[in-house]
Amino acid sequence: MLVQILFYLFGAVLVVSGLGVITARNPVHAALSLVLAFVTSAAIWLLIEAEFLAIVLVLVYVGAVMVLFLFVVMMLDINLAKVREGFTRFAWLGGIVALVVAAEIIGVVVVRKFGLDVDRGFIGLPADYSNTHELGELLYTRYLYPFELAAMLLLVAIVAAIVLTLRHRKGLKVQDINAQVATRREDRVRIVKVDADPERRR
Amino acid sequence: MITLQHLMALSGLLFALSVAGIFINRKNVILLLMCIELLLLAANFNFVAFSRYLGNVDGQVFVFFILTVAAAESAIGLAILVVLFRERRSINVGELSTLKG
Repeated sequence: MLVQILFYLFGAVLVVSGLGVITARNPVHAALSLVLAFVTSAAIWLLIEAEFLAIVLVLVYVGAVMVLFLFVVMMLDINLAKVREGFTRFAWLGGIVALVVAAEIIGVVVVRKFGLDVDRGFIGLPADYSNTHELGELLYTRYLYPFELAAMLLLVAIVAAIVLTLRHRKGLKVQDINAQVATRREDRVRIVKVDADPERRR
Repeated sequence: MITLQHLMALSGLLFALSVAGIFINRKNVILLLMCIELLLLAANFNFVAFSRYLGNVDGQVFVFFILTVAAAESAIGLAILVVLFRERRSINVGELSTLKG
């Protein structure tokens, strides 16, 4: 019973924060609503005993991705009035699409039930069950190659993001390694014969 | 007791909201990216729900991979957005019509 009350509470918060994301006037508010949506989703995943993913969602999404989003939103100086134009013009279309999609999904899920015995709820887990242990065992055995590929994908994403945003400014005093390596003795040193006697030098 | 239907109805609502968000905020690239994140979250809900319903952890492994891909996607998307803003001084989708497609 308590679990159900908590589920409805978190579900309501999730839907309201989702509404906040799509209707917020200010992108910063939208990003903060998205943070709230992720945190409440993590809470719901905790309720259905998927602990590891709940923590990963908070750490990765709230801790990294959303901070990146907020960083970019605050860094860019966006003309809000211009970006917002067409909002009310397309609001009804968005509303209709949302209603249709929600009706279809809920119709399939709640009415048809996939021919499954959905009312039995989730499979109970023993008290000493470790979600992290189970996931780790799968990740490092059956899903080892996909796991390594995911790591490669993240590496490629890092490189791509850095290369995209790298900027060479003009007039910046930096070392030119190529020029340093390619330099020859004649470019740097000039040998001049100087007479030791100052009288004769004149 | 929470059942599979509860979670799937919730994820359906979230999915519908984010699809509507893509329609409503079609001028703002940042909000489009945020709506895609929300969409992926709604999809992840189904994976977790079915994983718990069937008592099979594989679904949660897939959520893990989806999270990875979504993180990479948002990092690259934001990088493109920063470059775009540097070039155009605006992120309005309506002004990105150089190709005249």
